[in-house]
Amino acid sequence: MDFKHRDVVSIKDFSRPELEKIFETAEGMERKGYDKSLLSGKSVGLLFYEPSTRTRLSFDTAAQRLGADTIWFAGVEGTSVMKGETLKDTIETVANYADAIVMRHPYDGSARWAAEVTTARAKRGEAKVPIVSGGDGKNEHPTQTMLDLYSMVRTQGRIDGLDIAMVGDLKYGRTVHSLSYALSMYDCRIHYVAPDMLQIPDHVASFLSSKSVAFTKHSKLEEVMGKADIVYMTRIQKERFPDENEYNKVKGLYCINREMLSRAKPNMRLMHPLPRVDEIATDSDQDARAYYFKEAGNGVPVRAALLALVMGAVQ
Amino acid sequence: MTTFSEGPAKKGLIVSPIENGTVLDHLPAGKGIMIAEMLGLKEGSVVIIGQNLRSTKYGKKDLIKVENRFLTDEECSKIALIAPNATANIIRDSIMREKRDVAVPDIVEGVALCANANCITNREKVQPRLRTVSRSPTVMACTYCGFEARAQDLKLR
Repeated sequence: MDFKHRDVVSIKDFSRPELEKIFETAEGMERKGYDKSLLSGKSVGLLFYEPSTRTRLSFDTAAQRLGADTIWFAGVEGTSVMKGETLKDTIETVANYADAIVMRHPYDGSARWAAEVTTARAKRGEAKVPIVSGGDGKNEHPTQTMLDLYSMVRTQGRIDGLDIAMVGDLKYGRTVHSLSYALSMYDCRIHYVAPDMLQIPDHVASFLSSKSVAFTKHSKLEEVMGKADIVYMTRIQKERFPDENEYNKVKGLYCINREMLSRAKPNMRLMHPLPRVDEIATDSDQDARAYYFKEAGNGVPVRAALLALVMGAVQ
Repeated sequence: MTTFSEGPAKKGLIVSPIENGTVLDHLPAGKGIMIAEMLGLKEGSVVIIGQNLRSTKYGKKDLIKVENRFLTDEECSKIALIAPNATANIIRDSIMREKRDVAVPDIVEGVALCANANCITNREKVQPRLRTVSRSPTVMACTYCGFEARAQDLKLR
């Protein structure tokens, strides 16, 4: 299992043993503390072409806790992207300054392209700079999936055997798609809760069927609330709807509050990739089952583990 | 360019033979002209296009004969995306020397565009690259964004 110089572009590029290696490394860092010497003298580039709170800040925190410096831009204002610089040229340039590049970009497939750019650069005799995707358009967000899986392991002790409900925007939500792909490597049951127009896309459903994953579809949250070990809420993303009238039909359809939480299993954990709008009422925040902020916190050990592995600081 | 229609099943009866060149057979009915245009067979060589010929295998088919023209691998890939059952017969000195199936390769590079408008390959100067997901029907996935589309819905470059 070799992580050094590895690009992190798609969750599908990782096997279950590889994911477990990342979780084991992250858990070790949480337990023993972060070793500042691991990435001392190294630099991590954070290229965020799109808005981000948790992904950027947790990568920044993770890099610094391991002793790395970070160089970054957040938004393209003030960069040469405004002058029309291509992604390739930006990556070629930053690869001279950074030992790893974390990027979020609006175009689907941009992370794979960036990885090819630094691979081609390595063929010219330069060091391979791993690309870590922080989200590419509506395509994938692999490190979110890794921290989601890590959160499940941390709260339930396992993923095999769990009943996992995913709720809300299952059609457009990239985190739901990536999480579904990853869960196909485990022996769990998935329950998709969404109105018909936002149900899990056929290509994801057929992928799961091809892997013999047990999944069910529901329109009512109440049907799964009492049996789920994990409820994974998602925001219904207004910006993805071609027609605002369609959005108005489904907005606010699912809302979990403290009273609903009280009907869930005691071990159930409520997760959400965040940001939330109105799908989780703030009165839920104090419930022991509410895990979304801790889930966001898990971004630091998971991303620190990943950086240490792909930058060759941990075997 | 010559076109004719409703010929008998045996192609030799109505389509005059060529001495050197390529016969593209088993093209889907109605796609012959489009494929000829895609290959740039408008000027120069003698080109014969048969439309709606009877085919025992497919009911109806189109056929193209072109003199003194042999297809590149890239051209075969393009044809395969539109006509997955096509065959390319290479004729030299009036004898069929080779019969090639124009199967879609596992990876098709620089031939067709990703059908996802938000894909990096449609936004910046990145050579599109598609992976064959299934052959019947032909479904291609972008190796960058993963977007899947039926071959018939793809825009060729």
